[in-house]
Amino acid sequence: MTQHAEYAQLFTGLVLALLAATLAAAALRRWGGMTGRKAIIVQTLFARINAWWAMLVALSLAGLVGRGGIVVLFALVSFSALREFLTLTAKRRADHWVLMFSFFVALPGQYLLVYFGQVGLFTIFIPVYAFLFLPVLAAAKGDTSGFLTRVAETQWGLMLCIFAAAHVPALLWIEIPGYAGKEILLISWLVIVVQAGDIAHFIAPRLTGRTRIAPSIHHSRSWEGFIGALGTGVVIGTALAWITPFAPWAAALVALAVSVLGYAGGLVMTAIKRDKGVNDWGHLLPGQGGLIDRLDSVLFAAPVFFHLVRFFFEAG
Amino acid sequence: MKKLFAAIAGRGLVIIVRLVTAPRAIWAGIEPIPRQRVYFANHTSNADFPTVWAVLPGFLRENTRPVAASDYWLKSRLRAFFGRDVLKAVLINRDRAGRDPLEDPVALMVAAVDEGASLILFPEGMRNLTEDPVLDFKTGLFHLASARPEIDLVPVWIDNLNSVLPKGEVVPVPLICTVTFGAPLHLRPGEDKDIFLDRARMALAALAKAQGA
Repeated sequence: MTQHAEYAQLFTGLVLALLAATLAAAALRRWGGMTGRKAIIVQTLFARINAWWAMLVALSLAGLVGRGGIVVLFALVSFSALREFLTLTAKRRADHWVLMFSFFVALPGQYLLVYFGQVGLFTIFIPVYAFLFLPVLAAAKGDTSGFLTRVAETQWGLMLCIFAAAHVPALLWIEIPGYAGKEILLISWLVIVVQAGDIAHFIAPRLTGRTRIAPSIHHSRSWEGFIGALGTGVVIGTALAWITPFAPWAAALVALAVSVLGYAGGLVMTAIKRDKGVNDWGHLLPGQGGLIDRLDSVLFAAPVFFHLVRFFFEAG
Repeated sequence: MKKLFAAIAGRGLVIIVRLVTAPRAIWAGIEPIPRQRVYFANHTSNADFPTVWAVLPGFLRENTRPVAASDYWLKSRLRAFFGRDVLKAVLINRDRAGRDPLEDPVALMVAAVDEGASLILFPEGMRNLTEDPVLDFKTGLFHLASARPEIDLVPVWIDNLNSVLPKGEVVPVPLICTVTFGAPLHLRPGEDKDIFLDRARMALAALAKAQGA
């Protein structure tokens, strides 16, 4: 019974928090006298809050279905992310089989392994087998122009959009003493901590000014944003320790690790966008780009979070 | 009955294209308003026409017909159903020597325009498998523009579809495509055929460059 109580509390809390955020943003837009750049910032906030509503609804519905629902949800996330990623990578006509393998074999294969709880296989399927098989498939077609770039960029997409993403649903298969049946709360915790860091990274420099970290990557990368993201992530993560199997101090440390990785994910994915000459990964989410734009931090944080939980908290 | 099937198949085709390529229309020079137009696009894949068709808003799609080769679209009954009944293609016989004078491609296109249809045509005449973004245009676009000089000629750049379904492949891969609609062109009074065709080709190539292709 307690697990249902925790779900209900978390769900109610999130709905109230999002409602408050929506109302605050609406009030800011209505009465804040925002013009020009400030109005755009409020618009961005709105878009983010809407994306969180969507995440809450999607995760809750998938959670109601059970483990299978969560696996299917993240398989769809992987599909959309991979599609955005491989749209921008180097490819030639000879890569058609490689792309087919990525979408129709690697992606479902990885999620089937997760669904059947094959933790050992699922952690090596893409880094080992897909890694070795992909270049063979590419070479079989005989076009060597830009070969290594084509193969490497595709593999990067598989690692990030399938391998890393699949670690989120895989959290449900970790056996933690006294935590059985509550694993979905781990996913909620991860997403909340990382998204809180993201939004703090967006807001903090606008309140305090900015000292740039990596001006060559993007003007939005600042020390204020970095510290704001880490601080917010740790505070929220610790405050929500009650939904995790972690003691508060452990929750703070895990939240710190996850926030650092989330920040790094945003930084790396921005660097790739810079390299490819685009502002956004796609247009799935109106006003805020593609799925990867919103989830890059979660994708980066998921594998390390998975291994931290497994190493320190799993039974036996 | 056939009409109903055609409507269902058309709807299905739009849904499939949207699922596979998540195509996005970029209106860079004109707005999607109900006005008769001739869209001319680059041609790299058999899915080109369904893609342009799928990104058009419904009220434009209804009235937009592709200009396509009859030897391809009449090859089997299924293709003929899609070509004639679903897409309502203006079918062109590419066999210059063997065709009836009644099958004159320009006359067929002009007749369709006079019935009020918008057209989609691929003035390169065949699928472009080279590294050049745009091949030289066939003369049909010029003859159509001479016959009906008031109609908007809209360049349309289809990006990434050649990666979704390259020639010779059967299974499409789900990559994102964009369809960019550029500013309309008109035949200038007394404009020479080659100059006009080159200008139209340049307009299409410029859209390609803007898309980074």
